[in-house]
Amino acid sequence: MSARINARNNADNANASAAVATKDLLTIIVGEQLFGLPILQVQDVLGPQKITRIPLAPPEISGALNLRGRIVTAINLRDKLGMPPRDAELKYMSVVVEHDGELFSLMIDKVGDVMSLSDADYEKNPATLDAGWRDISAGVYRLEKQILVTLDVPKLLDSIRV
Amino acid sequence: MDELVTEFLTETNESLDELDNDLVNLEQNPNDTELLSKIFRLMHTIKGTCGFLDLPRLAKVAHHAENVLGRFRDGDLKVTPAYVSLIFESIDAIKTIVHHIGMKGSEPDNDYPGLIARLDAVYEGQDTTEAPAPVSEPEPAPAASATASFDDDIDFTPVRGPDYVEKAPAPVAEAKPPAPAPAPVPAPVATATADHGETDAKAAAAAAQTLRVNVDVLENLMTMVSELVLTRNQLLQILRNQSETDFTAPLQRLNHVVSDLQEGVMQTRMQPIGNAWSKLPRIIRDLSMELGKKIDLEMIGQETELDRQVLELIKDPLTHMVRNSADHGVEMPAARAAAGKNETGKIILHAYHEGGHIIIKIADDGKGLSTQRIKEKIVANGLATEAEVATMSLQQIQQFIFKAGFSTAEKVTSVSGRGVGMDVVRTNIEKIGGSIELKSEEGKGSTFTIKIPLTLAIVSALIVESAGERFAIPQLAVRELVMASHVGENRIEVIKGTPVLRLRNHLLPLVALDELLRIKIHSDIKRENHYIVVTQIGNYSFGIIVDRVFDTEEIVVKPVCKMLRGVEIFSGNTILGDGTVIMILDPNGIARASGEIESGDTKMNAHAGDLAQSSHSAQKTALLLFAAGDAAPKAVPLSLVARLENIKMDDIEYSGNQMLVQYRGHLMPLSPFNAMVQIENQTEKPVLVFSDRDISLGLIVDKIIDITEEHIDVQVGSSNPALMGSAIINGEATDIIDVAHFLQTVNRDWFKNHGDDPFDTANNIGISRKKRILLVDDSPFFRNMLTPLLSVAGYEVTTLESPIDALKLCDNGMQFDLIVSDIEMPVMNGFEFAQKIKSHGQWQDTPIVALTSHATPQDIDRGHQVGFEKYIAKFDRDTLLNALSQTLASRDHAA
Repeated sequence: MSARINARNNADNANASAAVATKDLLTIIVGEQLFGLPILQVQDVLGPQKITRIPLAPPEISGALNLRGRIVTAINLRDKLGMPPRDAELKYMSVVVEHDGELFSLMIDKVGDVMSLSDADYEKNPATLDAGWRDISAGVYRLEKQILVTLDVPKLLDSIRV
Repeated sequence: MDELVTEFLTETNESLDELDNDLVNLEQNPNDTELLSKIFRLMHTIKGTCGFLDLPRLAKVAHHAENVLGRFRDGDLKVTPAYVSLIFESIDAIKTIVHHIGMKGSEPDNDYPGLIARLDAVYEGQDTTEAPAPVSEPEPAPAASATASFDDDIDFTPVRGPDYVEKAPAPVAEAKPPAPAPAPVPAPVATATADHGETDAKAAAAAAQTLRVNVDVLENLMTMVSELVLTRNQLLQILRNQSETDFTAPLQRLNHVVSDLQEGVMQTRMQPIGNAWSKLPRIIRDLSMELGKKIDLEMIGQETELDRQVLELIKDPLTHMVRNSADHGVEMPAARAAAGKNETGKIILHAYHEGGHIIIKIADDGKGLSTQRIKEKIVANGLATEAEVATMSLQQIQQFIFKAGFSTAEKVTSVSGRGVGMDVVRTNIEKIGGSIELKSEEGKGSTFTIKIPLTLAIVSALIVESAGERFAIPQLAVRELVMASHVGENRIEVIKGTPVLRLRNHLLPLVALDELLRIKIHSDIKRENHYIVVTQIGNYSFGIIVDRVFDTEEIVVKPVCKMLRGVEIFSGNTILGDGTVIMILDPNGIARASGEIESGDTKMNAHAGDLAQSSHSAQKTALLLFAAGDAAPKAVPLSLVARLENIKMDDIEYSGNQMLVQYRGHLMPLSPFNAMVQIENQTEKPVLVFSDRDISLGLIVDKIIDITEEHIDVQVGSSNPALMGSAIINGEATDIIDVAHFLQTVNRDWFKNHGDDPFDTANNIGISRKKRILLVDDSPFFRNMLTPLLSVAGYEVTTLESPIDALKLCDNGMQFDLIVSDIEMPVMNGFEFAQKIKSHGQWQDTPIVALTSHATPQDIDRGHQVGFEKYIAKFDRDTLLNALSQTLASRDHAA
């Protein structure tokens, strides 16, 4: 048992000496803000979609769409993050994530790149961050020009209730 | 063969195959305790099940083998090849027995004493070093070929082979279950046995043709087929928009293949409903023993097949209902004999296909539902007031048994009566898109009719549009479609904001889908036409207003995403042929959300053929029709209105919040009929004056429309206390106002403020105690009308529907100062009632006043003869009040 732990520690140390541990995030833009999602959680990136409205649903649920025969629930991230909706002529992009056996499409403004971010640049959420954001964020990364806020997908989706 | 035995055999064969493998493994790894435990458990299961099924020989072998295995497991016996061989031998013996049961339906005539002795010896630790093991190797697949392996097995049991073969047929003849039609003539046993054996052999051969498949595999297959169906639908949709292409022919073929495939896969999930019924005969037998009743259970249509998922879901409700029928429905033999019925009660279960549904009927010829007891229970549980109950139809009252916490059983037995019953049954059935109806006749029995879809996976749905969005409504709940417009024959009318539709002389409550879903588009352009989807849930019908109706489509119901589960209006969602996602509406959810199920399940029984209501609604009443606020006409019985006045709104004065007007030298409180009646200066408004002695109340309305004579048949009740409900008057949906509400609330409040007794000495009977009046009238309308009138006049009023009930009160020692009785009543009329009272009992001296709409001189004569003090026309309220006070006064003086 202890031998195994040592082995792992050694491996970590080896990594650390070679290069700082990194995480791969897909960056997305909502409003003015740069966000990041763990790349492994992202199943698809979609262009504008035909969405069926769901009456009586929570406001952040824009509706449902058909993705290759599966029904995907569309979440408007702007609404969830307390931002105003996009101008009518501007379309939304979506990233599809799976949570609890169901598919969700997070409607965003733009998709950025896949970035490998160093743990050294990671920081916990600032204590003064908007409570609504703090609940669904897993911390921030200090990038050269801006701050990237990571999204905690399970927390984000679990916070939506009728 | 018994189904349980068959199942046991299948399972045991599987276990035995496993045992073979496991034992081989064990021999190689004698210290694998996990494996040992597993083998032990398997053997134990076989033993346990045998005990249940009364297979003593099998149980015995299994038991002794288990003992030895137990010692292995406990570690105090080393696993040696010799011992393993011994276990193998036991397994082979078990196989032989199992096989024999499979073939002949009974255990073979072989006790295996040698084997058991050796097992015991090992168990008791007499290390019979290398026990003589005649078995060399295990038989690998004994069940493969019927007769061949049978013979092989005999070789495996060398103890007394030939003997056994000879004796075998004998127990078969004995143990054969009583055939469905036992031949009365002593048939040649030999032939019969031979036939029997043949069929069993066939059955065994058939068993080899069946395969046990994990349900998950089937479910998965079903899901994939569903997807395939959807994809096919999409393809066909595309094809429809194109003229002849190369794809047409192959697509048609694909279409057919997919349809067949779908049907085939559905077939794999189908099970006969008899599976859900198999336990019922036993339950009924036990119940009849426990309750001391005689009950026959008849089951028709056991072979009717339905989806296993549906089957699982209705199993418990069905069992519950059959128990209910036995416990509450069927009477004790003595009671049945007294009622002129056969002592043995009958419960009939009947299942059959109808359209895409299965209909299951559960009927008993017992005592039926006691309307009276349900009524009492409704009132006792506070589900409705006595007055409300009185206006309810038989159907409506019976519906209450589906409410939570409602049981009419007098005693809570171990069987039922705990009040967790029919509501759960209904919920479960509705959950799978089914419905339940009840028909019950007191003294004759009850019939429950359950309608459920064949399968849950694919349903036929009507696609509708509302506010530009499309929705699917399961076809199962849809009765009919009606096109309605704002003008013309099928017109949507509005009562206090609630839309209704006249459908074949009944009012159908309507729900606007766009309002319900809060997606209404506010625009000035009014739609010319609407469609109304007439929906029925159980006995409750209502209409859903939609903008357009498209086709029906076969859809695959997919559950809505978890975060939407709270929206109970949707039962699921699906993808349509054109690829768009569509929400599936749940008619039960709509009914609940629109609040109508809560307020009284069946306000509307368009097709129910309601006997109770029609009997007492033949009388015509003079009605004053007026308008106030909204467009719907209102009506009030003319007899209650003292005068009609036009009053200038400028003349209104205020005392606190109370509107007053100087009227004939007095201050009269005024009240607008509702908040929508505009009180503007410079205008005059009609006022209905309700007057009592020199105290009056004015009700401000917008317009007096007409006076008409109609019989009042309140069809839709109202939650608004100012309204009694709605009825069709002069061919229009009309609100009947409840004068009692205005008299009681407005008037009393006002008088309270003035600290005054509302009814002066002219009406006062001089004693501080309120005089008690018993009012007997079969018409709920008049009971409702007179009760407030009399109570406002200072009497304590008890109302009853029938003289029979009144006589019961008499026997119970209740005292009244005066009895007011209707003359025309069913069962016992007023004359007979008066005669009964006057002839004996403690009400002999109680004055009785007749109240009738028929007052011919002959009637009055007869009335006086039988003892009526006074004879009063029904609508003459002043005379009534006068007569009452006079009668009472003369009594007081005399006393």
